[in-house]
This record gives sequence, C-alpha cells and structure tokens, in this order.
Amino acid sequence: MVSYLVRRLVTSVIVVVGVSIFIFLLLHAIYPSPARQVLGLSARPIQVAAWNKSNGYDDPVIVQYFRYVNNLLHGNLGYSYAENQSVFALLQERVARSAYLSGISLVFAVIIALPLGIFQAVKRNTIGDNVATSAAFILYSMPSFFLGLILIQVFAISLPIFNFEATQSTNFWTVVGDWHSMTLPIFTLALITVASFSRYMRSAAMDVLAQDYIKVARAKGLPERLILWRHLVRNASLPMVTLIGLSLPALLSGNLITEELFNFQGLGLLFFESLQKVDYPVLLAYTLAGAILVVVGNLIADIALTVADPRIRLA
Amino acid sequence: MAHNQSSSLPPLDVQRAPEGGEVGAIQSGWRLALREFASNRLAVIGFAILIFFVLFSFVGPLIYHTNQLDTNLTSANLPPSGAHLLGTDTNGFDELGRIMKGGQAALEVGFFAAFVAIVIGTLWGAVSGLAGGIVDSVMMRVVDIFLSVPFLFVVLILAVKFGATVLSLSLVIGFFAWQVPARLVRGEVLTLRERDFVLAARTAGAGSWRLISRHLIPNALGVVIVNVTFQVADAILAVSYIGFLGFGLHFPNVDWGDQLSDGSNYLQDGYWWLIFPVGACIVLTVMALNFMGDALRDAMDVRLRRR
Repeated sequence: MVSYLVRRLVTSVIVVVGVSIFIFLLLHAIYPSPARQVLGLSARPIQVAAWNKSNGYDDPVIVQYFRYVNNLLHGNLGYSYAENQSVFALLQERVARSAYLSGISLVFAVIIALPLGIFQAVKRNTIGDNVATSAAFILYSMPSFFLGLILIQVFAISLPIFNFEATQSTNFWTVVGDWHSMTLPIFTLALITVASFSRYMRSAAMDVLAQDYIKVARAKGLPERLILWRHLVRNASLPMVTLIGLSLPALLSGNLITEELFNFQGLGLLFFESLQKVDYPVLLAYTLAGAILVVVGNLIADIALTVADPRIRLA
Repeated sequence: MAHNQSSSLPPLDVQRAPEGGEVGAIQSGWRLALREFASNRLAVIGFAILIFFVLFSFVGPLIYHTNQLDTNLTSANLPPSGAHLLGTDTNGFDELGRIMKGGQAALEVGFFAAFVAIVIGTLWGAVSGLAGGIVDSVMMRVVDIFLSVPFLFVVLILAVKFGATVLSLSLVIGFFAWQVPARLVRGEVLTLRERDFVLAARTAGAGSWRLISRHLIPNALGVVIVNVTFQVADAILAVSYIGFLGFGLHFPNVDWGDQLSDGSNYLQDGYWWLIFPVGACIVLTVMALNFMGDALRDAMDVRLRRR
C-alpha cells in the first residue's frame, strides 16, 4: 500500500509540474507582457521593448518559467494591473466565502445523494425509484444556470420564500447565517452535484445488495434494517469518497456559474469579472489554482479510499 | 402425415430447422447491437427527439419565416400570440425563430467539437496503447495534465482570446475534450493487442500504422461510438455555459445560452417565453443524447458478449 501511495504522489507531482508548464505557456502565448497596461496604450514599441528588457520579459522562455515557479513557491501569484492589487490579495479576500458555498453544497449533496442511492437500490424498479431516476436524469442534462433560474422563479418570485440574489455582505459569519439569501445558490449547486452522484450511488448500492455477504446476513436472520445499516450503508459509502474527491473541479466551475447568476461576491464572480476586463494574471492564477485543486482532490480521494477500504489496503 | 407436412413446408433455409429446435439467423455483432438499441424505448425516444431538433433547427426556418436581422423595437418583449408563436425578445426578433437559429449553432458546435475530440482522442489512445512502455507513459501523463486543467476556465479564456465563432468554439471545446476518448481507446487497444488477429496481422507483415487503422480502431469502435454521443451532449452543454456567460456567439448568430442570459434579466417581469422554452430545448437535446448514449453502451455490451 505504501508503494502505491508513493507512486501516486510522484505521479501527482509530475502532473502538477506539467500543468504549471502548460498554464505558463498559455500565459506567455496570450499575454506576453504587461508592458502595454503599465505604460498605457499609446506607448511606442521602443518603450515597450525597453520596459520588457528591464523587467525580465525579454528573457528566454525557460528563464521566465523558472522565475514564475519561484514566484509561485513564494506565494506570489502575479499582479493584476487592472485591479492594482496582487492576485494573491484578490483571491484571499474572497476564498473563504467561495469555500463556504462549495463546502456546504457538497455536504448537502452527500446528505441527499447517499440515502437516495440506497433507497433507489432497495426499492428498485418501483415508482419511487423510477421517479428518482427520472429526476436525476433531467437534472443531469440541465445546465446549472437553468436550474438556478427555475429555482428563482418558483421559490423567490412565485412563492416569495427566498431571495433571488445572494447576500452581498463581506463578513463571513453574516454570509453563513443568511439562510434567506444563500439557500437558493447552495441548493442549485447541491442539486447539480446530486444529479451526477446519484447515477453512481444507485448502481454502487445495487452492486452491494447483490453480494454474497448480504445473502448470508439475510439467511442468518438479521433484520432488514440492520442489514441496511451495518452492511449496505458502509459498503455503498465507499464510492462516495472517490466521488467527493472527483467533484471538486465541478464545484469550482459550478461556483463560477452560480455566483454569476446569484451575484455572490466570491472567486467565481472574480473570474467572470476578470474575463470581461481581460485580466489575464487573475484568470491564469485561478486556472492554476483550480488545476492543483483537481490533482490534490484526486490524490486525497485515492488515499481516503485506500484507508477506508480494507480490501485495497491489504491487497 | 410427416410426408404431407414436409411437402407443404417451404424449402429449408436457415430460419427453420426440419424438426426439433428453432435456429435463428446468424446475426453479426452490429445487427445485434442495433436490435438491442432499438428495443430500448428511451433510446428510440431520444433518437426521435434528436431528429426532431435537427429538423426543427435546420428545416424549421424554411417553413416558419421570421426576420432575424432587422430589429423592431416597437414590438419588443411581446407575449406569445398568433403572429409570434413564442413572443418576441428585447430586440423585436421572433423568439421561436431565434430558438431555431440557436439550435443550428448548438448542434453544429456540438457535432463538430465531438468530431474533433473523437478523432484526436482515438488516434492518441491507439498510438499510446500500441506503443506501450515509455511512450505510453508520457502520452498518458499528457492526458492527465489536460484532464487536471479545469475545462470551463481554460475554454473561456481561449474564447475571450480567439473570439467566438462556430469553428473556434468547436476547436477549443474539442481540444479539451479528447482526453476521455483517448483513455478509453487506449484501454481497448491494450486488450486488443494481445488478440490472435493482431499476431496474425503482424506475421503477415502489417506495420504499426496499418495495424492501428485496419485492425485496432475498427475493433475499438464500440467504445468510440458510445463516447461520441456523450461528447456531443457535453459539447452542447459547454456551449450553453459559454453563451450564458456572454462569451458565445454574437449577432447575427444566435446562441441558446446567450438567449437564456438575456431572458434571465426579465425573470421578475414575468416574461417566461424568453427563458423556459430555450432552457427546455437545451435540456431535451442533452437528455435525448444521454438516453442514446446509455442505450448504446448496453447495446455494445451485447455485441461484445456475442463475439
């Protein structure tokens, strides 16, 4: 098991390095230097060239790449000339709020999807199962902003229960406590995640029910409720661990759409505004952060699964 | 009795055995797969929906003429009526006509992006699977790198940089979607290359390229066909996300996501015709493709089982 983990770690490091190279090359290709933003649009090419030379944008690509990595390792994610702040400061201001939105949506998604999958497997091919499967299918085929619009129409306009806009507060605890404004964004994100989870959960739970040890437990006379709790839930939860790890990137991009729709001042909205201002340093730092999160998420999912599932650990 | 019976029987063919059990016609794997697909009700419904949308988008405007080029602000935001079956939008364009035009863009980008993704992915996966060793490792690490980059972000950045046309969007989406078919095809090729027909082909002097194009890829087609359907669905969703954020196609082209974005401004005014019909079209198209993809996956299982 240790050798497997070491191999996975090495692969992850290689992938992170590869991603950094890819994103750096992308940055270099579409945004070679901020000279024009610093000096102004009417700067002459000779001034631009001089600025580039004195600030190191003239150096060979390899040198620039190593300087970029060195900066990253020291926490310098670049500087946004459009916002006149360092990218790190911009991200830091919003990361707590966005992490809350993603985190709580994930929690709700797991709380809904796990029992739902088990219910679908136990009551398979009944009306309940068919309704749930159809609903999951429709949700899966729906773009998240359309789900958001439907929820706003039903729960904020037709039945004025919730607010159609997320809270504009910058205080983290106000955001957490404001259920009136945050419920719809959280549930939009959660339901989209549930849709992709439930496809796997249902088949994972059905696989577990077909196992021999369930038959043995029934033959032994164990009450159905105990079978469900002691065997089914525990074994069907294992794929959930992998799913959680793999759903991190979806949460990140889901954030983008949801925050834009509900006007929530988080990282996603920052990315959207940077797209409109064409602020490449922010865009690419965000993409790099997202990529690293994906790799880390996969790694954690693998490690967590190895720890949770003795069959893998002892293999 | 037996004599009379046998004289009234039609000539023996593979459909009827003389006495004893029935013998079905020998069916090839593909015929079986097609039959399996057709017996899946949802898949047939999905296929019908897809055909409907293709006709709706491309043939519809020829039947239901609307003016999509001249704005008409005096008749902006009208509810559905006899003249405009789904009302008008903020610029006075007929909404149903806009949906048809948006469907053209969605389907074009969807199919073209899937085509790009499948072609690159299949070749990459086949070469990687056949080569093995270091080349395989390196190629698969490249796939991992692309898979780690968040799809929506990088596609949006490139859409901002290169502008949005049907061609550029298809290329950008396809370029970040080929990794999944590459992995799938590589998996298939890894199993296939141990088979006897590959050994036979090599002994007959087949080079790697011939092996890939004549033997490996045709046998991996099952997996590829399933993936193509899902690729089209994902591409249509991706285009709608890009359009919703405002980086999709612009006038005179129409984009479903863009329409939803415009319409969402009028949610509180109650102009439902600007929002829900377009959204329903996106959902139905993607759902139809997902139905078909699921059924094809089951059908390909059947085909493999009968080999």
